[in-house]
Amino acid sequence: MSKLNSYRTGPDAAGRFGIHGGRFAAETLMPLILDLEKAYRAAQADPSFREELDYYLRHYAGRPSPLYFAERLTEHFGGAKIYFKRDELNHTGSHKINNCLGQILLAKRMGKTRIIAETGAGQHGVASATVSALFGLPCTVYMGEVDVERQQPNVFRMKLLGAEVEPVSSGSRTLKDALNEAMRDWVTNVADTFYIIGTVAGPHPYPELVRDFQSVIGDEAKAQILEAEGRLPDTLVACIGGGSNAMGLFHPFLDDADVKIIGVEAAGDGIETGRHAASITGGRPGVLHGNRTYLLQDEDGQITEAHSISAGLDYPGIGPEHAWLNDVDRVEYTAATDAEALDAFQLCSKLEGIIPALEPSHALAHVAKIAPDLPRDHIIVMNMCGRGDKDIFTVAQMLGVEI
Amino acid sequence: MTTGTARIEARFAKLRDEGRAALVTYIMSGDPDLETSAKIIAGLPGAGADIIELGMAFTDPMADGPSIQVAGLRALKAGITLRKTLAMAAEFRRQDSETPIVLMGYYNPIHAFGVPEFLAAAKASGIDGLIIVDLPPEEDEELCLPALEAGLSFIRLATPTTDDNRLPAVLANTSGFVYYVSYAGITGAASADADTVATSVARIQKHTDLPVAVGFGIRTPDQARGIASVADGVVVGTAFIDALRDSLDDTGAATAATVDAVLDRTRDLAAGVAGAKRDGKS
Repeated sequence: MSKLNSYRTGPDAAGRFGIHGGRFAAETLMPLILDLEKAYRAAQADPSFREELDYYLRHYAGRPSPLYFAERLTEHFGGAKIYFKRDELNHTGSHKINNCLGQILLAKRMGKTRIIAETGAGQHGVASATVSALFGLPCTVYMGEVDVERQQPNVFRMKLLGAEVEPVSSGSRTLKDALNEAMRDWVTNVADTFYIIGTVAGPHPYPELVRDFQSVIGDEAKAQILEAEGRLPDTLVACIGGGSNAMGLFHPFLDDADVKIIGVEAAGDGIETGRHAASITGGRPGVLHGNRTYLLQDEDGQITEAHSISAGLDYPGIGPEHAWLNDVDRVEYTAATDAEALDAFQLCSKLEGIIPALEPSHALAHVAKIAPDLPRDHIIVMNMCGRGDKDIFTVAQMLGVEI
Repeated sequence: MTTGTARIEARFAKLRDEGRAALVTYIMSGDPDLETSAKIIAGLPGAGADIIELGMAFTDPMADGPSIQVAGLRALKAGITLRKTLAMAAEFRRQDSETPIVLMGYYNPIHAFGVPEFLAAAKASGIDGLIIVDLPPEEDEELCLPALEAGLSFIRLATPTTDDNRLPAVLANTSGFVYYVSYAGITGAASADADTVATSVARIQKHTDLPVAVGFGIRTPDQARGIASVADGVVVGTAFIDALRDSLDDTGAATAATVDAVLDRTRDLAAGVAGAKRDGKS
């Protein structure tokens, strides 16, 4: 494949990123999906939409988030200079609010009166419940029973915010099943309901619009690193489940050829065990939840269950733009195990006074692998996309501690 | 011998001559086990099924309600694969060369099989048409156009949200028949209303000469009679799946009553369809 002029022009009119993406949706939803695209184009062309979104990002979510030089971790690894993009400091504790604010403003423009969302770790559910409370819309969040169990604090948070949490008992009872159930709700209540998808997946235009709403992460990081270091970073690192925090950090840097970009999937017990959630590393292209992308599946095209200590990464697919960035070799995709993430979680808490979510702990686990061997003037920017308060019960259990 | 789209057309032509609508029966291939499923399929035409829709099990059936979700899981647990579904259709085809078989399901198992390989295998197995829930006209190049090229019908779903502007796009590459989904929602969740359906069917018929079959929310002989008087076909699914489920033992295994449970329900619904008044349609 010849080198592209730009990696930032996708998707095409059919919603494709190379072979990935598309609109693999039931007919009942298609008219709405086409409407959504029209509404989004109109919003993009309307400066007042961007102004309103910027207002809420700044005054409600607390953006810009800092770019922080993690000095003690840098010393500890003894190599590359490590910066964290502190998206865990956003209101609601993760990057998810960026996208939810964008989508609820779209929902308002479209005259929708009810919000639904799916959630894995509960961060997107909390962010959806938050913006629904802010704009006075009823909100139903679908969450797999397994995740309800391991993310109790977030379940309670959503309820406090006035959302209904619907535990999903079908399939593997995790994020993919929550998505199925949200789709079933959407197809039933298509006239009045807006589905806030939490990641860069789903039928076109979702992967594009979620990416655009999350790109504020990379745009800020770029300006901040230029101010701090006078140059672009050498390496970007972010964790990937569906991949929205990663896409938000990566996208503004895709055409900066000298910036190496690394996405870290969840390797669970290890790729070789088959118990993992690494769709690119361990899957192959297929069609699920409205798009073609890399999926964990068996010979017969049945979706296999993902495994990760992190509920937010426990998904058998990945956003289609990531799938394409893998195919064209612009982004390197690798994976970190549960055990490696758990080590990184503890190390970061002790050395930096930052309790990271288990999701970015995977990114940090990869930083831990590469930083020691890199020169001291090598700059790494890692997306600290969520805080770890929600994970303390899971981690305590893994460490054999009773709370 | 007529196959593919021609077999579906021949069936609707025959029913037109008889002055009645088609009973289209959906069952999940491999549910509750492969042997019982084969017996049910073999018995369907004799019980009054005019067209057989064979569900292809999928782990993530986003448009299906709990009954069909669980049926798919039973079939997967019993070891069904797309290849075995095709083998089951081929076995049926050796006994019956007239009853059309339409595969219904989701795209990924076909995607994993490989589209050209799948189409060749489906044709060789006597499959006549495909209904793929997650392939709207926007994705026609994936499977629809190659299927038509291979002489198989690609039967599109039209829904209450498919307005007059969109209908031509939905109907453009549809063949065999049009499947009108009677309500916005998942399978087995609501009831079809004959009056509303009549209006919708008339709207679709303004855009196409293809037969229009109606599905979703038709469970009883009375409902079937009502829909059969305003449409060219009546699709029933969840009612059969529920009859099958109710016949299983505590472990979810088939009993001596399972095959008859489905076939008796088929006979009841066929009687409903046959009892319809079809004004100006005969």
